[in-house]
Amino acid sequence: MELSFDEVTVVVNGRNLVESLSLRVGSGEVVGLVGPNGSGKSTALRCVYRALAPSGGAVRVDRLALTSLTPRESARAVAALTQNGTVDLDFTVEEVVALGRAPHLRGNQPLSGRERALVARAMHRLDVAHLARRGVLTLSGGERQRVLVARALVQEPEILVLDEPTNHLDVRHQIGLLALLRGAGLTVLVVLHDLNLAAAACDRLGVLAHGRLVATGPPGEVLTAGLVREVFGVEATVVPHPLTGGPQLLYTLPAPPTN
Amino acid sequence: MVLVILLVGSVLLAISLGPAPVPPGDTARFLWAALSGGRVAAADATTYQIIWEIRTPRVLLAALVGAGLSAVGVAIQAMVRNALADPFVLGISSGASVGAVSVTVTGGLAGLGIYAVSTGAFAGALLAAALVYLASSRGGALSPLRLVLTGVTVSFGLQAVMSVIIYLAPNSEATSTVLYWTMGSFGAASWAALPVVATVVTLGAVLLHRRSRTLDVLALGDETAASLGVGPDRHRRLLLVLASLMTGVMVAVSGAISFVGLVMPHLVRLVVGAGHARVLAIAPLAGALFMVWVDLIARTLVAPRELPLGAITALIGVPVFIVLMRRKSYVFGGR
Repeated sequence: MELSFDEVTVVVNGRNLVESLSLRVGSGEVVGLVGPNGSGKSTALRCVYRALAPSGGAVRVDRLALTSLTPRESARAVAALTQNGTVDLDFTVEEVVALGRAPHLRGNQPLSGRERALVARAMHRLDVAHLARRGVLTLSGGERQRVLVARALVQEPEILVLDEPTNHLDVRHQIGLLALLRGAGLTVLVVLHDLNLAAAACDRLGVLAHGRLVATGPPGEVLTAGLVREVFGVEATVVPHPLTGGPQLLYTLPAPPTN
Repeated sequence: MVLVILLVGSVLLAISLGPAPVPPGDTARFLWAALSGGRVAAADATTYQIIWEIRTPRVLLAALVGAGLSAVGVAIQAMVRNALADPFVLGISSGASVGAVSVTVTGGLAGLGIYAVSTGAFAGALLAAALVYLASSRGGALSPLRLVLTGVTVSFGLQAVMSVIIYLAPNSEATSTVLYWTMGSFGAASWAALPVVATVVTLGAVLLHRRSRTLDVLALGDETAASLGVGPDRHRRLLLVLASLMTGVMVAVSGAISFVGLVMPHLVRLVVGAGHARVLAIAPLAGALFMVWVDLIARTLVAPRELPLGAITALIGVPVFIVLMRRKSYVFGGR
């Protein structure tokens, strides 16, 4: 299933958070969205998981405007890992993961055997099966993040959007999660702050600045010293990864001021 | 299941006991006579009257209100995402008090006879809830925090209105009405009011239970809820209407009984976990059981005088709650 932004504009309180964003994520493709804080990345994602309706343009799945679907219908196609995924009540890990089935079930309809197996498999894939009976509020930030990813997988979406999924994760689980995204066969749009991880994990990158898409393409073409300086305001040297050949950024701290 | 048996047993016991205790066997005989249309010996007529006309509706009302307040408490806490919320957080109890007092003072709604004050209370409750809703919604969005803050503010405002009314009121009846409404009592229970309360509470509790997965999803935060196909504002609006109707009806017949709706949800979650399907199945039963006993204590402890229900719910509930909370690590919202 293909995800596309078609001239999407979001205006909140008179401010243009996203301006005429057009971006296509092909079926099974992993596209990374990068950009400085406040550049509109999360706002763009929120339009995909229906927390926000675009003020102009449309987000489409397979040419169908999301707003023409009911919230439940689009939740069956699109799953999301949101930022600050707080949980108020001390559900068990298993309960939270099972809530991924909510868009597929009516009212209080119990989970079928297949769905329970799905929950177990997702917990296993995200390495949280041993926490199944634990309360989510007793987990560490990284463990909770993995639980929420498992919940999104249980939704059985065709499109997965993730807002900084590597937050709080240790390096092993960061790599594990990105490998999982690559291998899941889903259409993935992911916001990442770590440009090196983004370069390694994504087929293409979109760079946002001030709500506008300023560059898009394969990581090797997009991540140049000039763009990083212009968009992020930092000095970086781009070198090829010795094994994979992908672009890697080495940052240079500005020299301390001398007086 | 155990709770159901306990509840039925407690209801029968509570009907038997009172300032003039009746042996349980006789109670059962009278109840059976009433239900099957049988005859009662002339000598027993007074006792029968006490059992059937006074105590039975009263105990049943206590059970219903206990159940309703607990269910609404669960829903409100999930809806406004606040552990300190209770059914009265949205200004409903002060609205009911103002409504009741206005009717008492002005003599309005006189055409409704003995239901005038209850009707006034119900109308006041719903008006307060509507006011809170209108003041806190902005462009269709209904933020939980804004709901709570507006509710608390409106409550203060309504209490001020009430103080002014009482101050200016020509009679002392208004004062006692206020006392009655803020402390809560089942003293006015009658068969006439029961069907309405029973219908609203039962239907409301069932509807809430059917939404338990939605409540679970809302507790994951608004963003995640949206991504799971649960529009948070739309569902909060629905829950607000349902909770206001239920609370309004209960306040109209029994006043604002504090504490049950706040603590019962927490107690039940401590025992059965946070999943709303279980919490909303157990909380009404536990709340009913609790309230039947509270009412029994209220009317027998210093009989023939009656203690205010709110005082007893707090005196029993607080220690139980503290003990349970210390025994098991319990968290709400990670705090």
